[in-house]
Amino acid sequence: MAMTITLPHCGASREYFRTQQCERPSMPQDQYQQANYVYQYGSTKKAVFGGVRAAFGMPILALGASYLGLGSLVRDSDLSIWFGVFSTFTTWALPGQLAMLELYGTGASLVVIAVTVSLVNARFLPMMINVMPVIRHPSVPTWKYYLSAHLLSINSWAYLVQRGPLMPHEERFPYYIGFALTIWIAGMVCAALGFLLAGVVPRPVSLGLVFLNPIYFMLLIILGIKKPAIAFATLIGAVMGPLLHLVSPDWGLMATGVIAGSLGFFLGRIWERRQGNNGSASHG
Amino acid sequence: MVDQIMTEYWPWLLALVTGLVTLKWRVLGVYFSGQLETTSPVFDWVSCVAYALIAGLVTRMIILPIGTLQETSSEARLTGAAIALLIFFAARRSVLMGTFAGVGLFIAMTWQT
Repeated sequence: MAMTITLPHCGASREYFRTQQCERPSMPQDQYQQANYVYQYGSTKKAVFGGVRAAFGMPILALGASYLGLGSLVRDSDLSIWFGVFSTFTTWALPGQLAMLELYGTGASLVVIAVTVSLVNARFLPMMINVMPVIRHPSVPTWKYYLSAHLLSINSWAYLVQRGPLMPHEERFPYYIGFALTIWIAGMVCAALGFLLAGVVPRPVSLGLVFLNPIYFMLLIILGIKKPAIAFATLIGAVMGPLLHLVSPDWGLMATGVIAGSLGFFLGRIWERRQGNNGSASHG
Repeated sequence: MVDQIMTEYWPWLLALVTGLVTLKWRVLGVYFSGQLETTSPVFDWVSCVAYALIAGLVTRMIILPIGTLQETSSEARLTGAAIALLIFFAARRSVLMGTFAGVGLFIAMTWQT
């Protein structure tokens, strides 16, 4: 711990695993990293199954419940059971799918629906740019990233930015595939199950299933906050989201991301510089 | 005839278009990520934007829901969210405990009304 401040390249704790590397410079880096992987599977195949195993548990439980809710909504909208499955297959983004169902119900035009869903799901752009440097590895050909891009969701993003840095670099992409593919299939199965269960389950429970989605994401995000900049961005975003939605339902979310994200980024820099001046370069 | 076909295929066309406009962002994300490294300040900034966006989406879904959640009371939603946070931290940051406590309370409060 005492070594933290002495290394010049350490600076402020930009990335917690990098900081950790700086903390014990006496150890050879390879050996150090080996000792420090929280998740290490040993081979590509095992990493895929590691991802599958991680999916069974809270991710499938929470997503499954949310997609049961979607399935029951599909039945409410007088659509077929396959529609929920097909929509989950093509879109794989619950808030967008909910918006689409809603707008379908109100008889909106194709253009309105396409633009609205596109804006609701625009979060995938920063999320993908964010996750790519974590999973990118020379052994994986570029087309595989494009092919698997469809699998990205809030869940797999949160798991990758949290756990990815804690596993060997070459195991992150297979882990992502195992994880994301599993919850995607589970989502489709649960959309069908939800359709079958609709009517059997009391109304408050199916509403609870829809409510589960934002609650689960809220906690998942708080769990992922490791740096001051992210904490600032999340807090400001949480406050700005509903406010800017009132200003513009279409662009509010995008504006929230860019404005709150930039504010958080700069506040984080100021915070870390202050910490640095106080003599503690790292919160190690 | 054309009308009939349109009504039958309309929702499926919607699901397909919805999927394509969503996929576009994911693919563009891969494209734009280029050679970005996790050590770059741009990476930090994009992380901030992603977190802020999702945090905004989550509070918007809880406070100003679109769709079926509109029929629930905002007290139930806000109390549920507060309890979820409380239990989450009390149970040493357990997502499972927090989620089920919050949703459980929400269902109970919705049942009463």
